[in-house]
Amino acid sequence: MNEIVTPQSLGLSREDLPNSYIGRSVPRPNARKLVEGRASYTDDVDLPRLVHAAFYRSPHAHARIVSIDTSAAMKVPGVVRVFTGADLAKVCDPWVAVLAHLKGMKSAPQYPLPLERATWQGEAVVAVVAESRAAAEDGVAALAVEFEPLPAQVDMETALSPGTVVIHPELGDNLVFTRTAETGDIAAAMAAAHRIVEATFHTGRHTGVTLEPRSIIADYNRADGTLTVHHSTQAPHMMQNVFATQLRLAESDVRVICKDVGGSYGIKVHVYPDEMAVACMSRIMGRPVKFIADRFEAFGSDIHARDHRIKGRLAVDAEGRFLAFDIDDLTGIGPYSVYPRTSAVEGNQVVNLCGGPYSFPNYRCTTTVVLQNKAPTCQYRAVGHPIATAVTEGLVDLAAEALGMDPVEIRRKNLIPDDAYPCTSPAGMKFEGLSHHQSLKTLLDMVPVDRIRADQAEQRKRGVYRGLGFASFIELTNPSPFMYGIGGAKISAQDGCTVRMDPDGSVVAMSGVTEQGQGTEAILAQIVAHGVGVPVSKVRIVTGDTRTVPYGGGTWACRGAGIGGEAALLSAIALKEQILEVAGAMLQAQGPSLDIVMGEVVDKATGQARMPLSELGRIVYYRGDTLPKELSRELVQTRHFITKEYPFAFTNGIQASWLEVDVETGMVKLLEHWCVEDCGRVINPLLVDEQVRGGIVQGIGGALYEHCIYNEDGQLLTTTLADYLVPMAAEMPDMHVGHVETPTKESLLGAKGAGEAGTAGAPAAIMNAINDALKPLGAKVFAQPFTPERILKALGTIA
Amino acid sequence: MTTRIDITLTVNGERVSRSVDTRSHLVDFLRGDLGLAGAHTGCEHGVCGACTVRLDGEPVRGCLVMAASLDGAVVETIEGLSDSGEIRDLQEAFVARNACQCGYCTPGMLVTAADILVQSPEATREEIREHISGNYCRCTGYQAIVDAVEDVLKARAAKREAA
Repeated sequence: MNEIVTPQSLGLSREDLPNSYIGRSVPRPNARKLVEGRASYTDDVDLPRLVHAAFYRSPHAHARIVSIDTSAAMKVPGVVRVFTGADLAKVCDPWVAVLAHLKGMKSAPQYPLPLERATWQGEAVVAVVAESRAAAEDGVAALAVEFEPLPAQVDMETALSPGTVVIHPELGDNLVFTRTAETGDIAAAMAAAHRIVEATFHTGRHTGVTLEPRSIIADYNRADGTLTVHHSTQAPHMMQNVFATQLRLAESDVRVICKDVGGSYGIKVHVYPDEMAVACMSRIMGRPVKFIADRFEAFGSDIHARDHRIKGRLAVDAEGRFLAFDIDDLTGIGPYSVYPRTSAVEGNQVVNLCGGPYSFPNYRCTTTVVLQNKAPTCQYRAVGHPIATAVTEGLVDLAAEALGMDPVEIRRKNLIPDDAYPCTSPAGMKFEGLSHHQSLKTLLDMVPVDRIRADQAEQRKRGVYRGLGFASFIELTNPSPFMYGIGGAKISAQDGCTVRMDPDGSVVAMSGVTEQGQGTEAILAQIVAHGVGVPVSKVRIVTGDTRTVPYGGGTWACRGAGIGGEAALLSAIALKEQILEVAGAMLQAQGPSLDIVMGEVVDKATGQARMPLSELGRIVYYRGDTLPKELSRELVQTRHFITKEYPFAFTNGIQASWLEVDVETGMVKLLEHWCVEDCGRVINPLLVDEQVRGGIVQGIGGALYEHCIYNEDGQLLTTTLADYLVPMAAEMPDMHVGHVETPTKESLLGAKGAGEAGTAGAPAAIMNAINDALKPLGAKVFAQPFTPERILKALGTIA
Repeated sequence: MTTRIDITLTVNGERVSRSVDTRSHLVDFLRGDLGLAGAHTGCEHGVCGACTVRLDGEPVRGCLVMAASLDGAVVETIEGLSDSGEIRDLQEAFVARNACQCGYCTPGMLVTAADILVQSPEATREEIREHISGNYCRCTGYQAIVDAVEDVLKARAAKREAA
């Protein structure tokens, strides 16, 4: 198992093995259309009889809907129809987002549009359909909706207090889920500790800001009973199931088409009530309905994430060995758990991941997940990882400081040894094979620590405060059904690929994983070219159409390469075997004595060309009469793949941040950033590096700039890109990326995920670097985003 | 209430005449009236840069220019810049460096980057970063974009020197 021949593995050059595309920086075949403006995003799709939807959104965080008067809206030129929650509930069943394996979890039924109460500011309440978006917005402006404002439960710290507003009275309280993982004896470890360090951390509620907002066109065809949905989504088959189930259709009558997606990062893998409303309206009207969220709607109704308060303690012995992590996490998730992944998973991940890179005997971590009248939160890139990593690595640096140890030394002392695998973490996570020490070593080869420390000392004399921060991390990738399936969610952990050879020898591969810019189609093309033995230019990839591609989960949780890639490799190899069987019959040779190299059937031993695939294709498709009657000639093969040994394929890595804090203004200037990550087999180094860099910058966003700020009434104050800050080019540092490769043995390909590593570790590295910079001034920050205001407060400059 | 106004302008070298809604913007006009979907709407208030196109030779925000003001104007979009070959080297550099991931910001980013090539042929990395700071990219982290623009600046400089 796990032995793919690559030029590198044989110590050969690429030219010696012309077939091999694994490990090569092949440019993305689908990038040309992006740079020429020829991509097709959902809003670029136009259909006959298309109408456009706009929504009236609740201006209140919590309010009873008293009345909806649509008469003036219906008189607005261009307005076709107005829908309320009651109208849509006739064709759509409500959903409840809980997972059975998250014991005791509860949430309330959610409808496309609410029936009685609005529970967050920005929740869609009424829909207007018109011949243009502008006319639909005119219609919304003409609606008369009367509300009775209700007290809002905004602060997560008071969500479980006596006398608090219970958002869904039928649930009894605002507690969605709580779980404690406990290993060893925390009390004894704390009592025996040489030192205990502790801090309270906050991660700021932020959101994905996909540059293409959420987009959907639903087209119900009464004549044939089919619902076709053009959707900007990460999970077309999951959405097919959701539309079918909630709208009472057969899955085979629903087709989800997902062409180009303008950014997702986890934002587009959820069921949004306004998008369900669009499907309902099309179902009722029997014509296509388009909805493209605008930026204001995106800020108020895309999922938010990472609204956590975490208290952490770390006990160490006199030598700096970790004895115990004791963590208490609280998170507010808005008024509903989000379907179907649920909003408890982020907190659950904090429990699973804290202390993850280290070897230590005692662990306790509790997450408490509560309701509040803010926009719902759910899974956003690196779910829970940046939170767990910030808490863990923040405590590690505090321990190093308390013991007078170097931050690198304390990590080296406690990181799980590279020869300790397989092993299970105190939180119960199974690790097949990680490389913390090798990654640290590789990082230290890249980061000029001595020069940086000398510069730091020199600058401090001049009143310039620079800091270096480190953060080790683990990342969960290649999820099995243990992530969602065992909890009852209809989310496929398995994925499939169909590979077909056409008569001219070109190859088409159809995959259940999807492309949102990561380069999924590029790596699939590389894998298929490698597996079949054709030039990558002869491979065309099809994704994002549930009518044609094998049933699969889509792209999320870093599964595209590891799961979808393995399915592609297995199907490509199966096609190659079938081709060689046919070639053997045609050439009167044994299949195993032949090979396929760059589109030619060759003699394996000598490399001598025997027949181009175009000739084989011509015979099979047009002159099948000349082949032996019993010969199998299926030049199309489908294989599926699912991980079976481990619930998740964990990856690991370490980041370092070098930055400068202006102690007069509180501004942070990022100077340089490094990341070493181990995603197993690297299929395309260019694409992996760019995933890591993009991930780092999203982590930087959460650490320094991005914050969904609500006032005490539950009003969102950051609803434009002028108020909600995202990283811009001028503020970003150059980032150096290094790799260690520990392939997973679960697959032939050996690939794990790489898309979330950057986001997982960057905020912790930045926090530690800021606190390193501020060390001579006795100031520390633990609440993200680390804004100038918070830094100046920590310095005592402002109150 | 909508009122309409007639405009005649040149878009990607072709003369077009349309009656436009007085409240519609340049990007809506391009996408909706002309079917030029390469410019994208990201924020519709002039911050993100996804709708950047060239108006009378200057990069502008398509969401901040009223379509009704365009009578007699010359507009170039990513479609026209692709057809003319003016930025082919830049586009190739973006592909080679993987300077676009989801691609949604890319047409606007290219129009801005093309402006650097003309306005600041000797721009440093810092100046490139500054120049593209009005164009948000949520996927790449910007480094590959800076690399791609830098590659083209250097290649064009070498070409000038050789000439």
